Amino acid sequence: MGSKNSSGMLKKEYLGRTIVSICGILIIVLTLIITIFLIVKGSGTFTTYHHSIGEFLFSDNWSPSDVSGKGGGGVGARIYILGSLMTCGLALLIALPFSLAAAIFIAEISPEIGSKYLQPAIEIFVGIPSVVYGWIGLRVLVPFIRDKFHAPMGGYSVLAAGIVLAIMIFPTITTLSADALRALPDSYRLASYGLGASRWQVIYTVLVPAAKNGILSGVILGLSRAFGETLAVAMVIGKTRVLPKGILYPTNNLTAAIAADMGNTANGSEYNLALWSMALLLLIISLVCIVLIHVILRNKKEKDD
Amino acid sequence: MNERDARHNRVKNMNRFMTGVFYGVGGFFILLLIVLAAYIVIQGIRSIYPGVFGFTRNGIGNQFFNTVYLVLIALVISTPLGIAAGVYLAEYAKQSKLTELITMSIEALSSLPSIVIGLFGYLVFILMTGMKWNLIAGALAVTIMSIPLITTTTRDALKALPPDYKSSSIGLGATRWQTMWHVLLPACVPRIVTGIILVAGRGFGEAAALMYTAGQSTIINWSNWDITSPTCALNPFRPGETLALHVWVMRTEGSMNPHSTDIANVSSAVLILLVLGFNLLARYLSRRIDRRNTGQ
Repeated sequence: MGSKNSSGMLKKEYLGRTIVSICGILIIVLTLIITIFLIVKGSGTFTTYHHSIGEFLFSDNWSPSDVSGKGGGGVGARIYILGSLMTCGLALLIALPFSLAAAIFIAEISPEIGSKYLQPAIEIFVGIPSVVYGWIGLRVLVPFIRDKFHAPMGGYSVLAAGIVLAIMIFPTITTLSADALRALPDSYRLASYGLGASRWQVIYTVLVPAAKNGILSGVILGLSRAFGETLAVAMVIGKTRVLPKGILYPTNNLTAAIAADMGNTANGSEYNLALWSMALLLLIISLVCIVLIHVILRNKKEKDD
Repeated sequence: MNERDARHNRVKNMNRFMTGVFYGVGGFFILLLIVLAAYIVIQGIRSIYPGVFGFTRNGIGNQFFNTVYLVLIALVISTPLGIAAGVYLAEYAKQSKLTELITMSIEALSSLPSIVIGLFGYLVFILMTGMKWNLIAGALAVTIMSIPLITTTTRDALKALPPDYKSSSIGLGATRWQTMWHVLLPACVPRIVTGIILVAGRGFGEAAALMYTAGQSTIINWSNWDITSPTCALNPFRPGETLALHVWVMRTEGSMNPHSTDIANVSSAVLILLVLGFNLLARYLSRRIDRRNTGQ
């Protein structure tokens, strides 16, 4: 009786262990499968239709054919790539000072108000669905830009996309920067105050430089979010495939192009595969960002040790 | 002496000024959130017209049902997988390359753009199976996005437990699995539930991943309860446009529906209220956990 019971226990022990191990490994498998499938689909432009990677990245000639098996068009996605770069760069430019200030507020100025009001507010900002941001951008921001800045194309612009993205990525940068500031040892603060520095002097000469790795990883994570953001940008960017003459002009970007055209192309056609190549590019950008963050944080650890 | 005083004053004033700036920015974001949420909700309420909550072409009832149904399916799949993976990471994984690989994969998965996950879902669940847009495909896409968060929540909750829990249970002769199943996991339930609520809130708002999986249309016949029929509400293999996607569709097909702006306004307001509600619920729960743990 006793031995039967304990062998049952043992069986459960090993069964449970096996099941949870499989689930753990499943996560790796899932990530690998997503990567492999996107590589297979996304490389079709270069293998099946013999375009060069240089053409895809640096040419403006976007005229892929939508007939399955018939190539011969152009797959230059430079305008989409530049559109993504410009909107994300502008978003970062807008968001960074505000995020840093908010992070300093939470970590140094008033941790009490910070944790009671500002941090919950930031969490809610994260939770607001991206279509809602897009919809508000479309209803409020686009008309505002049209009326106040007399933008051509009725306010659909790089600026509108940049502002919407800035609101969407500031929580990421703020949270990671605040964590980095909070993680600094108190001896930094005490030593600086002991030398007679004011709080602002401590912040900008000691704390922010010391936390720069954490802040940088927040910036990278924010940028990777911005690159992948789709519908909110698609709603306000104007979706015109031209190089914008300024931030008040419309353009198009990678995600908006994929979202708009993927469903209308024939599976396996040159057009279709070019869109998959754009998706692959997004995947690569997102993976590179993760690796970059790891390198930055590892460097920091080595320096600390 | 005078010069030193002047410098001292300059530093002091700068400090005061910057403190003001920081308070200003902090206040600005809180104000922005309040204004944003209030604007969306008020616009939504002002756009209500008779039948907007109905289950017809002019109402959002069907989309609302699809959203809840899809998120529910996604949670049913992702919760056990995520918890199991979290248990593995907290309890069984050693400090090895494999563990590092899993952690890296979790980070990669959680930072993948949702459109990329949507395209993967489109490729695997639609193109490869030859099915039409369907709720299951959408739910699986949302599952992929949810697993990382549930896994890390479970792992962190288990690791945050006092070590006494485990040692006393093992000391009483329980096996590792019994300890996990009867002692450690039950102690983590509130934290895991909080994580699941947050995941659900995110699922309600997801749209880009669902464009090419769950589809951008929905036809439900509410008097048809034959689950194999493509118009039966409960059939998971029918196209099921969700509320968030409806906002997008209403924008692009604006001219075809005279109520499109109102519908998008009301849908946005409903989404915001859902997100706010779920967020507050999660906060309330985690505050209660903290209070219990600190013995107040």
